[in-house]
Amino acid sequence: MARLELSNLHAEVAEGDEQILEGVDLEVQSGEIHALMGPNGSGKSTTAKVIAGHPAYEVTEGEVLLHLEDDEFGEDIEIDEDQRTWNLLDLEPNERAALGIFLGFQYPAEIEGVTMTNFLRTALNAKIEEREELFEDEDDEDEAEEDDEGFENSPMEGPADEGEVGVAEFQGILQEKMEQLEMDEKFAQRYLNAGFSGGEKKQNEVLQAAILEPSVAVLDEIDSGLDIDRLQDVSEGINALRDEQGTGILQITHYQRILDYVEPDHVHVMLDGQIAKSGGPELAEKLEDKGYDWVREDVYGTA
Amino acid sequence: MSSDQDHLKETDTEARFEFKKEENSAVRSGKGLTEEVIRMISEDKDEPDWMLERRLRALEQYHNMPMPSDWPGMPDLSELDVEEIIPYIRPDVDKREGVDDWTELPDEIQDTFDKLGIPEAEKNALSGVGAQYESEVVYQNMQEQWEEKGVIFCNMDEAVREHPELVKEHFMTTCVPPSDNKFAALHGAVWSGGSFVYVPEDVTVEMPVQAYFRMNSEGMGQFEHTLIIAEEGSEVHYIEGCSAPKYGTHNLHSGGVEVFVGEDAHVQYSTVQNWSKNTFNLNTKRAICEENGTMEWVSGSMGSKVTMLYPCTILKGRGSTDTHITIALAGEGQDIDTGAKVYHNAPETSSTIESKSISKDGGRTNYRGLVHIADGAENASTAVECDALMFDNESTSDTMPYMEIEESKVDVAHEATVGKIGDEDIFYLQSRGLDDDDAKKMIVAGFIEPITEELPIEYAVELNRLIELEMEGSLG
Repeated sequence: MARLELSNLHAEVAEGDEQILEGVDLEVQSGEIHALMGPNGSGKSTTAKVIAGHPAYEVTEGEVLLHLEDDEFGEDIEIDEDQRTWNLLDLEPNERAALGIFLGFQYPAEIEGVTMTNFLRTALNAKIEEREELFEDEDDEDEAEEDDEGFENSPMEGPADEGEVGVAEFQGILQEKMEQLEMDEKFAQRYLNAGFSGGEKKQNEVLQAAILEPSVAVLDEIDSGLDIDRLQDVSEGINALRDEQGTGILQITHYQRILDYVEPDHVHVMLDGQIAKSGGPELAEKLEDKGYDWVREDVYGTA
Repeated sequence: MSSDQDHLKETDTEARFEFKKEENSAVRSGKGLTEEVIRMISEDKDEPDWMLERRLRALEQYHNMPMPSDWPGMPDLSELDVEEIIPYIRPDVDKREGVDDWTELPDEIQDTFDKLGIPEAEKNALSGVGAQYESEVVYQNMQEQWEEKGVIFCNMDEAVREHPELVKEHFMTTCVPPSDNKFAALHGAVWSGGSFVYVPEDVTVEMPVQAYFRMNSEGMGQFEHTLIIAEEGSEVHYIEGCSAPKYGTHNLHSGGVEVFVGEDAHVQYSTVQNWSKNTFNLNTKRAICEENGTMEWVSGSMGSKVTMLYPCTILKGRGSTDTHITIALAGEGQDIDTGAKVYHNAPETSSTIESKSISKDGGRTNYRGLVHIADGAENASTAVECDALMFDNESTSDTMPYMEIEESKVDVAHEATVGKIGDEDIFYLQSRGLDDDDAKKMIVAGFIEPITEELPIEYAVELNRLIELEMEGSLG
């Protein structure tokens, strides 16, 4: 079980002093699904990026903590008591990823020339390696050093014997996850997001989460640009993350629609850089009917 | 960039390429370019008079030509003082034409090539190997099966003695005359070592032959000459690699390459250039292609302080084809000015130029290219694509693609892109677990991937390693 805790989080754009987050308090536990809603410009995407460590934002106040349990990463890694709470704001984005944070991008980057297989295996191995470093006993630090033995297969696939997960084993994992998401197997050899349709990119974000097995996945408008069939595929993928891997989900969305497929345990409404209101699934339905002005009125007493 | 990373980078590259050996020479010329030096080189080689005469003529041309200075955006050559360069160092080995057994070499030379992985590559993937140390080829070997088919692969000095008719006809005459440019003239005067490759009619040399050029001494110049003659219907792939230890003073490499591609013949010439960052690398490489012949240039330029290299193909025969693949990577203090030249002098000729360049830490790359389509070269076609990737705002990338089209029935395509590596792209990869360095490496590998996938596998592997090594710890 892991718990992501945002408290009194204030953030601004790093180059400039425009304050975007004005004291966000939010907790997401493994196995829970949270929906984060709110009008444009209320700070939802910024919250997501600050959690993941985007360099364009500067945190001016507050904390982002990740609490882990001793068996968070299985039997191989035993987490000492003093290593169970991490201040994510002190860590690089890749270190946060190693601790189990995943950000599903609203606009995923397109990387030409890098195949999905190469990218995902490299990412998975990097995550495993970084995690070992973060939790390593200081005594056996030296053992982690490993020489680059060079390439045995195509250099574009990366070194076959490098990293925890080899090429053959990884292809098995990838194939299984792609089948679950009903993705064409040709995706494995395509370049990362290059020329993908909007829907394919979103499906790919969920596939990446399925492979990297995060403790908490923040999904930024994963439902935008999806047709109804793909919305269902993506939703099933998100539910599987929770049901099979116990991932906690923080889902940022504008629409009730995806919440029909991915039923949230908690719904939060963000206004002006704060969580203005929280409730159960019924809150989302009420928003659909009444709009955000109703929340504004309810909270501030003005429309 | 932190100072301990600097140190790490140094040790890494030093261990791989920039290790130094004590100089152990038999003969060493004085500095600079005088008639005395040229005569001394020729005499030490026991050359026929005709070659000495060619050298002296080239020397005169060299002295009569000005340093190039009017090229737009030309790299700075002001720190290069040719008069301070030692043009000729003959290493102290017993056998002048090169041994064919690595263990017969002096320990320091044998160890050098072991570290560079040449004997290992020879066992696994090559038809023949020539290895030059300082000014002379010290090792030369080719599998017997090729010798039996009449293939010649020897060092250039030996070719002057053993195959004078072929050399007289082809050496710096119609392809790269000394009058071509100042550094070609310099090369013609002081050239030493290099390879001679002759492939008879209809012979296909299945595995590549490789030459490796190593400079060890401080302040020297290396001027090897490579002459490849591929007769009608033959096929050969020649690979050259080069490196040197790094010194405080400047080294000069000014090689000359001439390739004669016969009718229906196919020659591929691949270079992995990894000179130390104190080397001026100013080469002249040219091929002449007869009817339906094919010339392919593959050039990877990672090293040197300044590189000026524009491999040239003259498409002389109808239906002949040229391909250029160029990868350049410039880091701190490097100016890699490279590209391609193609002359379409006959109908139905075609050329393809693909260039990818990467600049980082204040380095500069420039694609400088010329495609000339002569009047009467009907149905000639050319496609030029040059892409540049910059890592930061301190780095520079220029593109200077010149086209001279005198014929109207032609097909010309040109594309160029210049981009800066995107912060959002890096963040995306980081958010998946890759650290900053690995994220950038992955983006670079992807950037050059369209090119590397066309390369022979062993070349692509070496190139990727070099690029990784160049980027190791130096990003930030």
